[in-house]
Amino acid sequence: MYLGESLKKYGISLDEINLKAGIFGAEMWTEEMRHKIEETLGIKALNIYGLTEVMGPGVAQECLEQDGIHISDDHFYPEIINPETGEVLGDDEKGELVLTTLTRDGTPVIRFRTKDLTSLMSGNCKCGRTTKRMTRITGRSDDMIKIKGVMVFPSQIEKALLSVDGVSPNYQIVVTRPDILDEIEVKVEATPDLFFDEMKKMEEMENKIMGEIRSEIGIKVDVTICEPESLPRSEGKAVRVIDERNFE
Amino acid sequence: MKEILNKGDNMKQISVFLENKEGKLRSILKILGDANINLLALSIADTSKYGILRLIVSDNNLAIEKLNEANFTVREDEVAILEIPDKPNGLNSILEILEEGNINLEYIYAFSTNKLDEATTVMKFEDLDNAISLLEEKGAKILKEEDLKDI
Repeated sequence: MYLGESLKKYGISLDEINLKAGIFGAEMWTEEMRHKIEETLGIKALNIYGLTEVMGPGVAQECLEQDGIHISDDHFYPEIINPETGEVLGDDEKGELVLTTLTRDGTPVIRFRTKDLTSLMSGNCKCGRTTKRMTRITGRSDDMIKIKGVMVFPSQIEKALLSVDGVSPNYQIVVTRPDILDEIEVKVEATPDLFFDEMKKMEEMENKIMGEIRSEIGIKVDVTICEPESLPRSEGKAVRVIDERNFE
Repeated sequence: MKEILNKGDNMKQISVFLENKEGKLRSILKILGDANINLLALSIADTSKYGILRLIVSDNNLAIEKLNEANFTVREDEVAILEIPDKPNGLNSILEILEEGNINLEYIYAFSTNKLDEATTVMKFEDLDNAISLLEEKGAKILKEEDLKDI
C-alpha cells in the first residue's frame, strides 16, 4: 500500500513499472486487504506462509488461482490438531497447524506446533497441482499477537507496565487496523499514583508508560489512562487482548 | 456555610479523574450533593480521552471518602485562593507580580461569589509557599479557610 502511495506521489504510472504479481506474508491479512493491494498496484497479490522454526517463508505458497495456499507437502507433512486436546482433525476442520519436516537433514522438526490457526482443504486446486492446500491463517492458539509484523506477547506489555510505579495489574490491550496499518492501545486504570491535577503531568505519565512499552516490544503504542474498576478483573483468565482486526 | 473547611495553612483542592463518558460529571456531583457537600468552585481540564475535574468543596475529607467509595480516583493538592480587585487590569496586576518573581502559574480558574467588588480565583503553582509569600508581600489578598465561610 505504501509502495502504491509512493508511486502516486512521484507520478509514476502502473504501466511503467511492469509489475505482475506480488507475494505477501509475515503477518495476517484479509481478502479485503488483497483487493486493496491488487487495485492499488494493478497486480495479483498472493499469500505466502512460513515460519522461522521450519524454514522461514516458503512452507506454503498460493498459486494464481488464489484458492488456498499450496503446502510443499513433499518436504513438510501438515496436520491440523485441536489445540486444547491435541486430537488430529480432518480436512476442512479448523485447528492448529502442526508441521513435520520430511527432507531436512541436521535439524528436523517433528510435529512442530505452529500455534497458527487454519484448516487443510479437501479436493484439488484448479491449477493442476495436487499438493495439500491450507486456508488463510485466521488467528493464534496462544496469546501472541502480531502487530505491524512484530511478534508481541501480552506478558511483555505487562512486564513493561509493572515496571512503572503505581500501574495496576489490570490492563487491556486493544489492537485495531483502522486502515491498512495496525494500531495498538494499552489501557491502564487511573490509580492515585497515575493521576495528577495537572494535564502536563498526566501526559508525562502516559509518555513514560509508552516509553517503557516501546523499549520492551519495539513498537509505539497509544496509552490511555481510564477509570478505576473499568477494566476486566483477572478472575480466571482476564480478557487482556481485544483484537478488533478481522482476519476471518 | 456551617461546615468547617480543611485544616492546615494552605487551601486544598480536590481533583477527580473523569472519564469521557455520558453522565460521569453528574454522578460525581450527585455523590457530593447527597453527602451535603457544597461546591465553591469547579473547573474541568479535558482531552479527547478524559478530563480532570478540579473542585473546591466545603468538606474535603468527606468528599474524598464518598468519591473513593464510588471508585473514583481522587487527589488533594494545595492551591492558593486569591481575591482580585474586580476592575480592569485586576488579574493582570497579579500576573505581573508573578512574572517579576519568576513564578510559574500552572493553572487558574474562577470562583462564583456574591461579592461585587472582588473576583475570587484559584491558582496552582509549582512552588506554592514561595508564590504565596511573594503575593502577600506585594499586598495581594490570599484567602484562608475562614474567609470562605462568607462566600
